[in-house]
Amino acid sequence: MESITITFKLNGKTTAVAVEPLTSLRSVLREHLHFHATKAGCGQGGCGSCTVLVNGESVLSCLMLAALADGQEVTTLEGIGTPQHMHPLQAAFFDKFAAQCGYCSPGMIMAAKALLDKNPHPTRAEIAEALAGNLCRCTGYVAILDAIEAVVTQMQEA
Amino acid sequence: MGVKQLGIVGQSVKRRDGMGHVTGQTQYVDDVFYPNMLWLKMVRSPISRGIIHGIDTSKAEAFPGVVAVITAKDVPNNWYTILCLIGVEPNDEPVLAHEEVMYMGEPICAIVAETEAIAAEAAALVKLDIEELPPVLELEFAIRPDAPAIKKWGNNTFMYDGYNHRKLRFGDFETAIQKADYVIEGTYSLSPIEHAPIETHCCVVKPEPDGRLTVHTNTQALYFTMDNTAIILQVPSQRLHMVGGTVGGGFGGKVDVITEPITCIAAMKTGRPVKWRWTREEEMRKSSTRAAVKMQYTDGVMNDGRIIARKVRSLEDAGAYHRHSPYGVQKHMANLPGPYTIPNVWVDAYCVYTNRQPSSAMRGFGVTEATFAVECQMERIARTIGIDSWEIRLINAYRNGQMRPVQKVVEDATLIETIQAAAELIGYDLPSHLKAMSSDDYAGNGGRHHG
Repeated sequence: MESITITFKLNGKTTAVAVEPLTSLRSVLREHLHFHATKAGCGQGGCGSCTVLVNGESVLSCLMLAALADGQEVTTLEGIGTPQHMHPLQAAFFDKFAAQCGYCSPGMIMAAKALLDKNPHPTRAEIAEALAGNLCRCTGYVAILDAIEAVVTQMQEA
Repeated sequence: MGVKQLGIVGQSVKRRDGMGHVTGQTQYVDDVFYPNMLWLKMVRSPISRGIIHGIDTSKAEAFPGVVAVITAKDVPNNWYTILCLIGVEPNDEPVLAHEEVMYMGEPICAIVAETEAIAAEAAALVKLDIEELPPVLELEFAIRPDAPAIKKWGNNTFMYDGYNHRKLRFGDFETAIQKADYVIEGTYSLSPIEHAPIETHCCVVKPEPDGRLTVHTNTQALYFTMDNTAIILQVPSQRLHMVGGTVGGGFGGKVDVITEPITCIAAMKTGRPVKWRWTREEEMRKSSTRAAVKMQYTDGVMNDGRIIARKVRSLEDAGAYHRHSPYGVQKHMANLPGPYTIPNVWVDAYCVYTNRQPSSAMRGFGVTEATFAVECQMERIARTIGIDSWEIRLINAYRNGQMRPVQKVVEDATLIETIQAAAELIGYDLPSHLKAMSSDDYAGNGGRHHG
């Protein structure tokens, strides 16, 4: 199949990549550009571990054709913080033991970021609703909700 | 050693790998990519039981982008008996099936190709000629004498010292049950449970110039995997450089040595790095599960709540092959009487083979299932004879010095103290005679001291 070239902003940096037309955004991120934070859990939109932001919206990158990202702004976990400068959500997930095996964490954090960017003061129920598409199998949802609530509280106090 | 000397106990500590997890820097196996890397896909049995008459790989081999096709003849020692190292025998599971298939999804032939999509497309071109046989799918049916024997040794159970079940005998059940005020029966069943880790099975193998293989794996048991892979490949284990330790959820589901041997063979055959990662469907439908179990209890109980006799018949569904089940049933047998002092115990625990996906390790396998049944049965006893749920457990709980049915003296009993602490935590005020009980005091369960 003929390759197509798509150009988008990845974590603020203009990026061009040549891919086959039916390639998913997740494959482009992980297998072409080697941004591995975004995870592959099911490939069918069921687990949320591939969640990224497209123009600030929470998106399952396994279900989005990369071609549709052309001209858009894509943000992955690598784009919001580093071990030296963690995003408050990353710091809270670390401090509050909200990442056990860590495989769902990138998707959880990105889904939480999409929520907080729109609604900085969500209730616990609203947080749970925003994470409803993200499955965790070992950390436990309580620790994850606690971590996000702690960030909400910090933002209120700041 | 005091708590102070332990230093860290009682303090909250941060995970060593936590910062990597939350910043996306942790490298999981599927994050490993090598230049020139090939991809592997497995051709699996579409039916539950049958005889293989032919595996035609010609179209797959001719498919553009396919680099290698691996069948049973490419496997140096085509036996996958992961507990052979602790004497589980005879060998029953081939790494790749070639004579018969025993469950839907059994691996038959691996396609190695330039891309994952090509490997998947070529896998669909392999023509299987399999004569279907009626599958054995149900536990009670499987142990009937007239059921088709799916095992070469002539029946459908693991053989423990010549018996088709693991026996436990303690005291004299038959006599004791006659003396009981109540005979209370209960049957408890569990369906198979899938571990469902968010990270599916994955293995990446890179052949090194010095002849070694670098094996990236998300196994939960690195050395166990190295040993078993070396046995299947028939190479010294120092040829395998195992890289692991980062697992995206396991729960016992990543203890079967199931991706590494084939991925190694693919890398050896092609001389190139190879990745094999399972789809979600493979993880859910083909990987091992916790076993289905059916447990039947017959208890003899006195008016005061003392259990004087317990008989258990348990059937555990190993699925098509041993994996960890013969060992799991051994643990199961030992735990079926529960953490209670019962002077007369009879247990028959069967490790049953059926044409279902194999079951294997999962969080306390064998024990967890028994605990579920025992505690349901304790509730049934309490309600039947009209005794309090706390009391029924406390009066029957193990005391130190008492003999367990498996012929081990209890030395570190904490059940009574744990129950008392649990009552306190939920604000339940136990009656004073139950508060006064202790694991070092036999009087509470009728002075039964078998030690």
